[in-house]
Amino acid sequence: MSALQFQRKRDKRSWENPQGLVSHTDWNRRSVKYGLGTAQAALLLLLVVGGLGPILWLAKGAITPTQDTLIQPMSVFPHGFAWSNVSDAWTQVDIGLYLWNTIVIALGSWACQIVVATTGAYALSVLRPKWGKLITGALLTTLFVPAVVLLVPLYIEIVHPPLIGGSYVNSYLAIWLPEAASAFNVVLTKRFFDNLPREMFEAARIDGCGPLRLFVSLVLPMSKPVLGVVSIFSVLASWKDFLWPLLVLTDASKQPLSVRLPTVQGQTELGVFLAAMLIACLVPIVGFLFLQRWFLRGTGLSGALKG
Amino acid sequence: MSTINPTTPTLEQTEPVPPTRAPSMVAGRWRLRRTTLSWIRRGGISRLLFLLPLLFVFGAFSWYPIVRLVLMSFQHTNLVQPATWVGFRNFSEVVHDPLFPIAVKNTAEFAGLALIFGYPIPLVAAVLISEVRRRRGLYSALAYLPVVIPPVVAVLLWKFFYDAGPNGVFNTALHWIGIGPQPWIESEHTAMPSLVLESTWANAGGTVIIYLAALVGVNSELYEAAATDGAGLLKKIWHVTLPQMRTILLVTMILQIIGTAQVFLEPYLFTSGGPDNATLTVLLLIYNYAFGNSLGGSYGEAAALSLMLVVFLAVFSLIYLRATRSWSSE
Repeated sequence: MSALQFQRKRDKRSWENPQGLVSHTDWNRRSVKYGLGTAQAALLLLLVVGGLGPILWLAKGAITPTQDTLIQPMSVFPHGFAWSNVSDAWTQVDIGLYLWNTIVIALGSWACQIVVATTGAYALSVLRPKWGKLITGALLTTLFVPAVVLLVPLYIEIVHPPLIGGSYVNSYLAIWLPEAASAFNVVLTKRFFDNLPREMFEAARIDGCGPLRLFVSLVLPMSKPVLGVVSIFSVLASWKDFLWPLLVLTDASKQPLSVRLPTVQGQTELGVFLAAMLIACLVPIVGFLFLQRWFLRGTGLSGALKG
Repeated sequence: MSTINPTTPTLEQTEPVPPTRAPSMVAGRWRLRRTTLSWIRRGGISRLLFLLPLLFVFGAFSWYPIVRLVLMSFQHTNLVQPATWVGFRNFSEVVHDPLFPIAVKNTAEFAGLALIFGYPIPLVAAVLISEVRRRRGLYSALAYLPVVIPPVVAVLLWKFFYDAGPNGVFNTALHWIGIGPQPWIESEHTAMPSLVLESTWANAGGTVIIYLAALVGVNSELYEAAATDGAGLLKKIWHVTLPQMRTILLVTMILQIIGTAQVFLEPYLFTSGGPDNATLTVLLLIYNYAFGNSLGGSYGEAAALSLMLVVFLAVFSLIYLRATRSWSSE
């Protein structure tokens, strides 16, 4: 075997198995081959049943007549279809409106989080104001205060805002703006900006590039990876949020799906309700299937940040 | 290019800044005006403008509520009359509430069970997945899928699965393998484990992905060295993989404890704290103090309990980090 061939083979192996816990010789050993193979097959079975099973069950229930689901919940094939469940979800439960509300809330939160995270991180990382260290410190402290313990003071602030007066109950601003106060986003973005090549900024500045143009035409286009991660997390988090919208959106016609579903459960036929739940998780699931790499990279990155 | 001082990467400092900041005796107004002017000329305004969204949002929705939380826990507030100072009365009322020890015990039970169920599973899964030779992406996608399902949908779906009748989804499945129907969330003995089971299902995928990312970072030379020393697969996992991952393992553990200490959605939607307060958690108690139907409006007590929770978690984290410091930075 020539050196080149050997090298290529090694490369291929290292691509298959980047960290090399189980070496090539290990794989050839019988106990490893069968033991590990069986464990992995069992894991795949568990993942299919556990990860995919509930969603497939929900999808089946959504198009199965209610009585069938109640009597034989675990039969693989439904006895007859009830496509009317889905249309009933739109007409009876008005799921379209709540889906729209969820989208509006998610997009607004996304926009606010992106604006705050990018401008804030840009100021702290690139412009570096005198009080930058202090502000960064104050941001890091908020990482130690879980959002839910601020529920009560935030709620009172929304009902009786200081200085401006009025009440922001039932206003989407009451959801968008507090969600933008995510230190995690700012820290993640700031770390990314910290690693951008500083020589490029210097060169742009010498060419007469002001801070705004530097931000819009240099920093932002270079930050697609971190913007993607922040975007996915912000949309997903807002889609999943329940308690805060439940508190501040008391008007049913403004509530998102997550708040509405538990309320309508009591007055809705099971089949229709399952169809409504399926619609509620369709957007995140389809989004995940298309943007899988971004989801997984972002989660790995967040782990690295916390570590 | 040589005129640019490489030690001052700050963009706006184009013109030379006076090297000394010693207060001059002739300072006075002139100096003040001059510093303001040079602050503007050095881009102070644009810096401030860029910081403004962050300062506003964090000021209004993070820093202010934190201060307000501390103040409120010593006040009586009912949103109608001005708040009055009551000293430690809120705290003593919370501590003497018969529900308080129940909520603390239940939350500890949830966190403990979640650690027993939920901590080893993602690690084992991640190690197995990292050694998959084909279709590794399929494994991680399947593991992550429950994470993207909205928690409300997940809980309501599992609530149906947990139907205690013989025709319930899980009870039918148990019947196939010869186990009788379980009461699941309807009995005070099985309710909490049922909630933990759902919560583990919903959250384990994220941890698997974090571990997978960490596993890639393990130095492969160590494996080779271990293999040269004749270490088998299990020995390599025990002596190389786990020690190499200890930092991330310690961090995910504390994060999981902090996360489960704030569990709300599961007890709220599954059982509303029942049966017989068996799943009443600290956060559910906070919610009931402030917004619950029967109690409701006790914002002072809710703030006091929130403050106790956050202080407890902070102290716990500090002790944890201290205790594990030598281990993690070894």
